[in-house]
Amino acid sequence: MNTNQYDAIVIGGGHNGLVAAGYLARAGKKTLVLEKRYLVGGASVTEEVFPGFKFTVFSYVVSLFRPEIIRDLNLPAHGLTILPLESTLTPTYDGRDCLYRDGDHYQTLRNIARFSQRDADAYDEYARYMYFMAKAVRYILGVIPPDPTTFNPKDLKGLLDMARHFLGLSQDQLYVLAKLMTMSAADFVEQWFESEPLKATLSASGIIGTFLGPRSPGTAYVLLHHYMGEIDGAYRAWGFHKGGTGGLAQVLARAAEAQGAEIRCNAGVAQVLTKGGRTSGVVLENGDEIHAPLVLSSLDPKQTFLRLVDPNQLPDDLVGAVRRFQTLGSSGKVNLALDRAPELASRPGVGRHLAGAISMSPNLDYIERAYDDAKYGNFSREPYVDVIIPSMIDPDMAPPGKHVMSCFVQYAPYKLADGEWTDEKREAFGDAVVNVLERAFPDIRDIILHRQVLTPVDVERITGITQGNIFHGELNLSQLFFLRPAAGYAKYRTPIKGYYQCGSGTHPGGGIMGAPGRLGALEALKDAR
Amino acid sequence: MPLPTPFHSRTSAVCDSYEWRNWSGFLSAGIYEMSHDREYYAIRNSAALIDVTPLFKYEVSGPDAARLVDRVITRDVTRQRVGQVYYTPWCDSRGKVIDDGTVSRLDTNHFRITSADPSGRWFQDVGYGLNATVTNVTADLAALAIQGPRSRAILKEVVGGIDFDQLKYFHLAQGTVDGFPITVTRTGYTGDLGYELWVQPEYAERLWDCLVDRGARHGILPAGIIALDIARVEAGLIMLAVDYVSSDHAVIESQKSSPYEIGLGWAVSPSKGGFIGRQALMTEREKGSTWGFAGIQYDWNALEKLFAEEDLPPHVAGRASRSAVPVYEAGNPGHQIGQITSHTFSPIMKQYIGIGTLLNPHAQIGNRVDVEVTVEFKRKLCPAIIVPTPFFDPPRKKS
Repeated sequence: MNTNQYDAIVIGGGHNGLVAAGYLARAGKKTLVLEKRYLVGGASVTEEVFPGFKFTVFSYVVSLFRPEIIRDLNLPAHGLTILPLESTLTPTYDGRDCLYRDGDHYQTLRNIARFSQRDADAYDEYARYMYFMAKAVRYILGVIPPDPTTFNPKDLKGLLDMARHFLGLSQDQLYVLAKLMTMSAADFVEQWFESEPLKATLSASGIIGTFLGPRSPGTAYVLLHHYMGEIDGAYRAWGFHKGGTGGLAQVLARAAEAQGAEIRCNAGVAQVLTKGGRTSGVVLENGDEIHAPLVLSSLDPKQTFLRLVDPNQLPDDLVGAVRRFQTLGSSGKVNLALDRAPELASRPGVGRHLAGAISMSPNLDYIERAYDDAKYGNFSREPYVDVIIPSMIDPDMAPPGKHVMSCFVQYAPYKLADGEWTDEKREAFGDAVVNVLERAFPDIRDIILHRQVLTPVDVERITGITQGNIFHGELNLSQLFFLRPAAGYAKYRTPIKGYYQCGSGTHPGGGIMGAPGRLGALEALKDAR
Repeated sequence: MPLPTPFHSRTSAVCDSYEWRNWSGFLSAGIYEMSHDREYYAIRNSAALIDVTPLFKYEVSGPDAARLVDRVITRDVTRQRVGQVYYTPWCDSRGKVIDDGTVSRLDTNHFRITSADPSGRWFQDVGYGLNATVTNVTADLAALAIQGPRSRAILKEVVGGIDFDQLKYFHLAQGTVDGFPITVTRTGYTGDLGYELWVQPEYAERLWDCLVDRGARHGILPAGIIALDIARVEAGLIMLAVDYVSSDHAVIESQKSSPYEIGLGWAVSPSKGGFIGRQALMTEREKGSTWGFAGIQYDWNALEKLFAEEDLPPHVAGRASRSAVPVYEAGNPGHQIGQITSHTFSPIMKQYIGIGTLLNPHAQIGNRVDVEVTVEFKRKLCPAIIVPTPFFDPPRKKS
C-alpha cells in the first residue's frame, strides 16, 4: 500500500483545517492534515514563549465557535472547555475611573449611569435589538451562500429560504438590520448611547481585525458578531478556552484523529498538483509528493489561488478578484509575562474584574485617531488595546502567583509609510502599548518579566497568513457572503476539480468559528459522493 | 430561622448575591456571585470551596462499633480498612433505602457517618444491645469541601502531615493546618478531584483563610449549591428527597426505592453477613427490580428543532432543576415509563442531561426514550438516550 496516498489532504492545521479534517475523516475519508509549523493551531496556538508562561500567541478568545461542530465532532469528549469571560472593563483616558460591565445586570446599569443615566436606560433596549439581529444573522453562519446572480434552482431556493427567514423579522427589525449592514459602528451605537466609554467599547468590537475605524461604514456588521453568543443561551461558546486557543486546536486535533485523520507537522506544502483541470495531490516543501483526489486549502485566498497553484490555470476574473481581495494586516499582539497580578488605578486589588476583558477604548475619537495614524502608514501612537489576563481565568497559564497578559493591539499596518518594520520599530510599537497600559495599570512596567511583540509582519512570518490579517481578509460587506473571497467562487469550490477552500477567507469569515472548515468539507464531500 | 455555620463570617463576606438557602436549618450560600458560571468552572478548572457543614454527622465508637455500622449499611464493614471511606446507602428491613452517605473508618472501632437526614435514632435502635455509642457531632464538626483539579496542589501547601500523593480516592488522613488538627477525606459531591475537610468549629475560619490565602494563586473560589448541583448531576450522584424518597418519609409504598433502583446496587454486598434489609435485597437481586436508575442524555439536535417549531433559539435553564419530568417509551406517548428527577445543562459537555428512574428494562444503556419538555408553555417530547453515569468522569478524580 502506498503510504502517500490519501482520500483527502487538508493544507494547514489551523482550527478550520482541523475542523475540515474531522468532518472528512468522519465521512470515512482517509484524511491527512499538513501543517508547516511544529505544532497545529495556525493562529490558534498556545506557546510557552518564556519558561512557565503560556502565551495565547495570536488569537486569544473563542467567540463564535459553532455548536453543531462541537456536537458533530464530540469535542467535549476530547477536552473542550470554554471558560466564562463575562466582564468588560473600560478605563477612562487618565485611568482614574472605569466603566465596568459584567453579569450583575443592575450593577452594570448603575455603572453605566455614572457616565449617563440615559445610556443606562437604553442599554436593555439595545440588547433586545441586538438579540434579534444576531438571531437573523446566526442563520447565515450555517448556510452555504447562495449566488443571487444565477438562475440555478438551488441558489434560488437558498435565496428564498433566506428571504423568508428575514421576513420573519418585524419591519422595525428589518430597518435595524439594514442599518447594521451599512452603517459605521460608531453611528450605529450612537443611535442609543451618548457616553464615551460605552460607545467606544461597543464600537471597538466593530473594528477588530479590520483596517477600518469606528466611523468607517460597514463596521456595524462586525460588531454584531459579539452578540451572536447571546443566542445560544446556556450553550454559548464565547469565552476563554482552557489552555488558550492552542488548547482548542489540541482538542480539534484529538477529535480529528479520533475520527481517523492523520496530522503531519513540519510539513509545509509547496504546491498543489494539478493535471487536466483537476488536482491529484500536493508537493511538500521537502519535495515529497502526496496524492489524493481531494485537496482542501485552509490557507488564505491569496495563498490558495496565487501561491499553491499556478494562477495561469485559473480564470482571469478570479485571479484579479483574489489579487484585489483586501488582506490589509491591521493588528498586532503584545504578550506579557508578569511577576504578579497587575492592579488597576481605578479599581485596586485583585478580583474578578481582572478575569474579563479590559478594553483600552476610552472614547470614540481615541480609536478613530488610532486609525488615523494607521491610514497614513504608521502604527497608532496611542493604540486601541483589548487586554485579557488568561492566568486569571485559567491558573495553568502561568506559575502560581504569576500572570500572563494578552494584548490585542490595533492599529499596526503591515506596510509602514517609512519603510519596512525593523526591530527598533517593533520595540517602539511595544513601548506604545505599554504606555497605554500604564495609564490604567500604573505598576505595569515594574512587573513585566518578558515581552513578546508581534507585528502583522511577524504574524505573516510565523503563521503564513498573508499580511498577517487575522481574518484572512477584511470582514467588510464587499468581501462577505457570496462575495467571499470572490463573486462566483464563494461556495468553497475552485476552478480546479477536487481542490477546495476551507479557510477564514471563505464564508462566513474569520474568528474562531470553524464554520468555513465545516462548510468547506461538507461541500467537498457532497461532490465526492 | 436558619443558623450560620462556623464559616459564616467568611461566606457572608463574599456572598454578593445574598442568595441563601436553608440547608438542614443552616444558612447555605446558593451562589456567591450574581452568576454561577465561575463557581461551576472553579469546580472543573481550578478549585472551589463549598461549605458542607449542614450535613448530618455521627460518630460511632466502642468495642462493637464495627458490628453496629455493619448491621446498618449495605456494604461490608469487615472489609473496610482503617483510613478507608465508604459511600453507601442504608435500608429498612424491607430493603428500602432510608438515606445514603459516607462512612469513614477513623480507627478500628471508630466511625464517622454523614447523612442527609437525622439518623441518630435509627443508628441507636439498630445498635440496641451492642457495646457502641452513637453521637451526633453535627454541631461539633465544621465541614468544608475543596473540589477541583487544583485542590490537591492547594492542600499540599496548606496541610501538614499528609502525603497527598499517597492519599487515594475514598481514603482519609489526619493532618494539621496552622497548628490545629484536621481530617481530610478524598471525597466529594462533584465527581472531580476533590477533598472534604473536617475540623472543630473553632478552627473553621482559620481553615477558610488559609485555603483562600494560598489558593488565590490557584484560582480558588467559593462555590454555592447552584454550581454544586450541576456538578453532581454531571457526576450522576443522587440526592435524597430529590432523586428518591427516604423510606422514612414515604407516605405510600410506591415512593420507596431499593438501592438497586437508584443506582446503588454496586454498594450492596451479597457476601457479607446479616444487615438490615438483607433478606429482601437478596430476593430482589434474584428476581430483578421493578425500577432502574438511568442517566439520560437529550438529543440536542431534536431539542433545537422543538424550539425552532416556535421560532425560538434553543433555550435551556442555566441551573440544574430538581423538578421531575415524565419519560415515555420512544414513539409511544401514551406509555409513561418513568421520570427524570434531576436535570441540567452540562456546561462542560454541552449536553442536556438528567438522572432518573425508569421501569426495567427501559433503563438499559443505549435504550431510546422520549422526555417531556415544555417550549412556550407547550408540552413536547424530546428524544433522549440512556447513557452510562457518571456523564462526566475525568481521570484526575481517581489519579
